Amino acid sequence: MSQKNKYAQAPNKLSVALIVNGTAQQLIVAPWTTLLDALRDHLGLTGTKKGCDHGQCGACTVLVDGRRVNSCLSLVVMRSGAEVTTIEGLATRDNLHPLQQAFIDHDAFQCGYCTPGQICSAAGLIAEGKAKSDDEIRELMSGNLCRCAAYPNIVAAIKQAMTVMAGKS
Amino acid sequence: MNSFQYSRASDVADAVRQMGADPTAKFIAGGTNLLDLMKEDVERPTLLIDITRLPLRSVEATPGGGVRIGALVPNSDLSYHPLIEQRYPVVSSAIRAGASQQLRNMATTGGNLLQRTRCAYFYDAVTPCNKRVPGSGCSAINGINRGHAILGMSDSCIATHPSDMCVALAALDATVHVAGPNGERAIDLADFHRLPGDTPERDTNLDRDEIITAIELPARGFAKNYTYLKIRDRLSYAFALVSVAVGLEMDGDTIRQARLALGGVAHKPWRDSEVEAALNGQVASPETFERAADLLLRPAKGFAHNTFKIDLARRAAVRALTQAANGTPQSQSSKKIV
Ligand SMILES: Cc1cc2nc3c(=O)[nH]c(=O)nc-3n(C[C@H](O)[C@H](O)[C@H](O)COP(=O)(O)OP(=O)(O)OC[C@H]3O[C@@H](n4cnc5c(N)ncnc54)[C@H](O)[C@@H]3O)c2cc1C
Ligand code: SF4
Ligand code: FES
Ligand code: FES
Repeated sequence: MSQKNKYAQAPNKLSVALIVNGTAQQLIVAPWTTLLDALRDHLGLTGTKKGCDHGQCGACTVLVDGRRVNSCLSLVVMRSGAEVTTIEGLATRDNLHPLQQAFIDHDAFQCGYCTPGQICSAAGLIAEGKAKSDDEIRELMSGNLCRCAAYPNIVAAIKQAMTVMAGKS
Repeated sequence: MNSFQYSRASDVADAVRQMGADPTAKFIAGGTNLLDLMKEDVERPTLLIDITRLPLRSVEATPGGGVRIGALVPNSDLSYHPLIEQRYPVVSSAIRAGASQQLRNMATTGGNLLQRTRCAYFYDAVTPCNKRVPGSGCSAINGINRGHAILGMSDSCIATHPSDMCVALAALDATVHVAGPNGERAIDLADFHRLPGDTPERDTNLDRDEIITAIELPARGFAKNYTYLKIRDRLSYAFALVSVAVGLEMDGDTIRQARLALGGVAHKPWRDSEVEAALNGQVASPETFERAADLLLRPAKGFAHNTFKIDLARRAAVRALTQAANGTPQSQSSKKIV
């Protein structure tokens, strides 16, 4: 009986506070809102793409507290207090992020649909510091599919960005 | 997704209490399996109890020489943890063979154990499936069953447990620590997952109001002679057709103690004590390994599309035993199988 009542009850909307690309945001969302839908539909940050919506393609990859995750399989209510970085948050006013520049330099995309996810994933990979060889980069980037098969150029771009970023720090 | 309410557990006792109070609630950890299934309307909880803020995130050495892993430790962190890399490299390797780094960053130790044993029909809410709707029939037995079980199946279900990590944990004799309304208990990993029998809707022996708090590994880690070999349709980011975790304790050329678990072939990680007994005390040689693999696959049975997995598993077992004995474990980045 309590069961029936529960279905009948309107879902409580919940309030979530997050920092997205350095800006504090307060959202009022239904519990089933994914981080992906919150970014795209509530905050208008449509750079992050929805490919499969099931964790199978990586197009929705963003950084949460510096770690790459699939935003399609994450509930935004579970992320309250987190710092989220999307493709829109990587460049500074005057400079592209070294990964963005490297993707242009190496022609590491064709249609571009997978690219925001590839770049955020690569940013996570570089921060993890586990990938050194081409094989390791390929393996640790395997969660990002590219239907245009720009894979060799993506690996080359990531290697360039790794070098540039190592020089800076 | 169906509509649901959301709550946070404040401590383990609160999580158990909240679960006990609501027969249609579910815990959520990484969410990578549960949300996926909810999007397909296969799981329809009316309350999600978020356990991710519970203090179950540490990896600690135990006085007995083992390691205790909190249920919320992310799969990625576990695979790179120094204690695990040094003492239980087969666990590190198996985790890295599964899913993608993004998913491993989200997926938790407890959630990995409890990801559903499943097949594509289980996801397809319009086809009969005994696991999804008990008594409705199994679409796979006479349907497309290329990835399905070759061991331990029943007439009601031939799905496989998809975890890589659990195959390594099975080989190591891990223990699962759980808490419930009647206190805590420990379950051997070997008894944690179930064979389908005529109740395929139950994947494990965990009660619904119990929560996993930790996994414990015993002292013996087989760090010198081990491998995790995963065979799949593409080189990464795909579930196993067959996988093999092996740990050997060698004395020169002689096998003192052997552990072998298969993944992708049954409703649970598959171990066979008879096979391990047949390896113990033997000289490591192609003949020894062939004999053990024959024994391992003797009870196997194929269906219309998956008979190839029997031979694949046999050969993978021989290869994995060879890799472990030689001290040349499978690399999860260079995909060359040596
Ligand atoms: C595209 C894709 C590819 C994948 N490939 C692989 C692969 O190759 N190999 C592999 O091994 N895995 C693979 N996975 C599965 C992945 O490893 C699991 O989804 C993950 O480990 C589940 O952990 P989680 O924390 O996200 O669980 P959740 O989704 O949060 O939970 C899963 C279940 O466990 C319950 N639960 C969670 N934690 C607890 C707890 N502490 N106590 C009691 N109940 C709990 C939940 O209620 C739920 O029923 C893949 C997943 C995806 C989406
Ligand atoms: S194999 Fe199991 S999960 Fe798949 S359709 Fe049959 S009963 Fe369902
Ligand atoms: S949209 Fe998230 S992985 Fe495809
Ligand atoms: S550039 Fe088109 S999918 Fe990758």
